This record gives sequence, C-alpha cells and structure tokens, in this order.
Amino acid sequence: MKAARYLTPGLLLASVLAIFAACLLGSTPLSPDRVLSAFFGVADAGDQLVVWSIRLPRALAAFLVGAALGLSGAALQGLLRNPLAEPGVLGVSATASLAATFALYYGLVSFSSWVLPIAAILGALAATALLTLAAIRTQSIVTLILIGVGLSSFAGAAMSLVMNLAPNPFSLSDMINWMLGSVANRSFGEITLVLPFMIAGAAILYLTRNGLSVLTLGEEAAIGVGLNLRQQRILTVLGAGLATGASVALAGAIGFVGIVAPHIVRPFVGYDPARSLIPSALLAGLILVLADIGVRLVHTDNELKLGVVAALIGAPAFVWIAMQRRTTHD
Amino acid sequence: MTELAVSDMTLMAKTIALVEAASFRLAPGELVVLLGPNGAGKTSLLRGALGLQKPASGVAALDGVNTSALSAMQRARNLAYLPQIRPLAWPNRVRDVVALGRFSHGAALGRLKGADADAVERAIIACDLVRFAARRTDTLSGGELARVHCARAFAAEAPLFIADEPTAALDPRHQFRIMDLIRDYVGRGGGALVVLHDIHLAARYATRLIWMKDKRILADGSFAETVTADRLETVYGVKARVNGLTVEMDGAL
Repeated sequence: MKAARYLTPGLLLASVLAIFAACLLGSTPLSPDRVLSAFFGVADAGDQLVVWSIRLPRALAAFLVGAALGLSGAALQGLLRNPLAEPGVLGVSATASLAATFALYYGLVSFSSWVLPIAAILGALAATALLTLAAIRTQSIVTLILIGVGLSSFAGAAMSLVMNLAPNPFSLSDMINWMLGSVANRSFGEITLVLPFMIAGAAILYLTRNGLSVLTLGEEAAIGVGLNLRQQRILTVLGAGLATGASVALAGAIGFVGIVAPHIVRPFVGYDPARSLIPSALLAGLILVLADIGVRLVHTDNELKLGVVAALIGAPAFVWIAMQRRTTHD
Repeated sequence: MTELAVSDMTLMAKTIALVEAASFRLAPGELVVLLGPNGAGKTSLLRGALGLQKPASGVAALDGVNTSALSAMQRARNLAYLPQIRPLAWPNRVRDVVALGRFSHGAALGRLKGADADAVERAIIACDLVRFAARRTDTLSGGELARVHCARAFAAEAPLFIADEPTAALDPRHQFRIMDLIRDYVGRGGGALVVLHDIHLAARYATRLIWMKDKRILADGSFAETVTADRLETVYGVKARVNGLTVEMDGAL
C-alpha cells in the first residue's frame, strides 16, 4: 500500500494549490505574483481587498465546509457500518438548516452572533441522535435512509412553511441560500465563528477513530474486543453533529460530498474507517473548493449555488454506490 | 491464574427469564463445551458471564472481581469473546482484521507497535493464515473467514476465551480445524468455553461439558459423567444410543 503513504500529503498539497488557484480566478483574474504579494501584504489596496476579503475567505469556507462534511460522512459510515451514511442523505444537514432558518426568521440572531451556529449545531445533533437511536434498534441501513428521507422532507416542508410566512423578499432570498447551500460572500469573521465548533467536532471524531475500526467486526464483536459501544456512539454523534452543524451554519445544506470522498479514499486505506477520516476530509474539502471555482467561472444571470452543483455531481454518485452494493450486507 | 466464576446468576429481559440460577467455573487448561437446544439460554449465559448483561441476581467474577464492573478494555484483555460470526462491514485485509483483536491493548491499524505486531503475527501463524494475511476478507471462504475470526480473538492473548458457535455453517474438515485451533490455545495455557451443537465434536475435544435446557444448567462434568441416552432425550428431544465416546442419534422423538 505505497499509495496510502502519499495519499494524505498529496491531498494536502492539492488542497493548498486549489485554494491558491481559487484566489487567482474570478471576474478579474489575478496573476500568481499579484496574489502572492497580496498574501504577504505588499500588493496594492485593490488586490489586497479582492484576495483577503473576497476570494481567500470564500475558498477557505468551501474547504472547511467540505472537510467537515467529509469527516462527518466517513465517521458516520464507520459508526453505521455502511457506505451510504452521510449527513446530507441522513437528513442531518436539512435539520440543521431548518434550525438555522428558524433562528434567522425569529430574529434570534440579533441576541448574539453565536446563536446561528449553535442553532444549526443543535439541529444537527437532534437529527444525528434520532438516527443513532434508530440504528440501535435496527441493523438495516434502508430503515435509516428512510428516516433520513423523512427528516429531510419534514425539514423541507417546515422550511417552505417558514418561507410562505416570510415577511419580506430579503429574508426569503436568505432562506433560499440556506436550503441550497453557498459560500459566496463569506468573511473571515463568519469563519472564525464556526471554526471552534468544527475543530471540536473534528477532534472528537479523530480521537475516537479506532473504535470505528473495530465496529467493522459488528457491534457484539466490537464489544468483545473491548469497545465501549455506548460511549463510541455518543461521541461519534456529538462529533459529527458539531462538524455538520458548523458547516451548515457557514454554508447551508450541501449534500453528498460526505459520501463521495470517503468512497474514493477507502480502497487506499485498506477499507479502515479510522484511516479514512483525514484523507476523506481533505478530499471533500478539495472537491468543494474545485466545485466553487466552477460555480464562479460559469457565467449565469443568477449565481449558481454550490450546494446545487455538489448535488448534481454527488447524487448520481450516491445512486451508483447504492447500486454496487450487494444486498447480503444488510 | 485467571479464573471465571459464575455463581447463582439469573438474567432477565424485562420480565422474562433468560438464564436461571446458573453456576459454573472456567479456568486455564480447560476446554469446556456448552451444549443445549436453540433458545436454551446459552448465548445469554455467555453474555452474563462476560458482564455484557447485568444479572438480576447472582454474580460473575473474574478472580473475585465482578465482570460487569470491569471496563470494556479490562474485560477484553482477560476474556477474549468470539460472538456468533456476522459478516464484516468492510472488505479489510486479513492482517488488519486480526489486528483489531489488539484494540484492548490500544493498538491502531496501520501502525502496530512491537508487542501488538508480534501478537498479531503469532495469531496469524497459529491459525494458519500466513498465506492469506494480505488478502481481502471478501475473497475468503466461510471456513477461512472463521479462522480469521479465531485469529483476531487469539490476538488479544487473553487468558480465557469464550466462543459462541465458532463452527456454525462450516464443513466437517473446517469444524475440526477450528476446534484444533482452540485446543492448541488451551494447550498454550488458555481456558476456553465454547458453544457447540455437535455432540461428536464435543466428545472429541471437550475436557468438560455443560448442559443447558430451559434457561438452566442441567449438568456439568466429563463426557462419561454427563452423556447418557436419557440426557440427550431430555435436552434435545432425540432418541440416541451412547457407547463410550460414540453417540448415535436415531431421530426426533
């Protein structure tokens, strides 16, 4: 497994290059030397503004959101022992998105800027906890995905209701952003607000990763080799809820990245859920940075939403992965 | 010397009894076979003994320490548990699956430290898996996979080993091979408690037999002491003739 050794450094390098490329490209292309001098604060004020206030935070937001979703997806797949588990598919993102919309709609956000990420995280945790309760009762992923469909539909319906009642077009377009998912116009301020939650979630998932490896054996056997299953479930749900909720707070609901990245990574890490976490996060981050570059380069009257593009790529991949599975696994 | 002592243990699922007033001991050097019909409470007895289910009354103790008070890691380092074999979630390499048995020693896949790597290697050799070590588990036959599961249980190098039907769904040759592996483990100083449905395998390998029926332990002793035509009739509901270590069953009563 030589490829495995270069996987993480390679993805890291590719991510840095992609974020750099994101700073070059746009409505006014900048040359690499102008971007570099802007990085080091020696460019003219216009370039500084474009790089530091617009392009870099946007690219970083795309990367962080992708990384959080890729990590959550890989961890949930390990916990539920199924490659189709993912925050978007399981309805976690939609529920987080609904909670965030509620906070916006009722103006709770005016109390403190922390209200929005916390609302999104609480929504994500509620959905993840419900799914885990269901996962304890049934071994069938079909049931879980159906619950996810239910959660997504409910969140969608509730969101439509809120939109129905929306007081003005301004809040309406805000909500559409939440449903579709976008990293346009993100600032470093917004990133710093959600970053602590992402880091906390990522740290929890990373520190409990070996428990995901032993879950390969099935729950009873994992207990047999010394896993505290209850604690593992709680921590994985908490970690995935924090990371997903934080990513929704930053970019709205973006689906399917968390399913595609781990699927590509898995063969390179010997199908070990623990070793798939970091590369999945990096690859998912990379995918979203590239997708967002695409969104910015395609000229349309209304800006394309990142979440829409992610779903256009991700949903067919989801169907393909589902069709590859042998039914004997359930 | 690690000894598991279960005394007067009763397990309940809400209001239904799973095991009633069961007592037995397991010590190194023994290969104890647990026999009984489906639904007799064998798996529940194992889980209660391991401390995975809290008894309603009675106690299961490992060298005097209540097993349900042990942490999952402490328990796994002393009692290797091989539950009924379920399909693996991912097509891992054989060596990685065996290495999962070192979880209770803090091992992480992909970077095994000295003692863990040695234990994994010993388990792979003991279970005759050297040829398969780099293979993906989804390319193995049922018999080979059963050896992989045994190897990962042995890799913990726990003094006691508890297995629930490790020979289920295997052909006769693989049943013998799995039981040989368990006998070798006992020969190296371990103590094993194994659920079987095959009286002939029990006759060949067991140093002691425990018989269960209707949630209770009926008998606990050597083959000669506990195997009679009457016992097979009461436990399994079959007509049988017993002649020394040979048992012939003539069908259901």
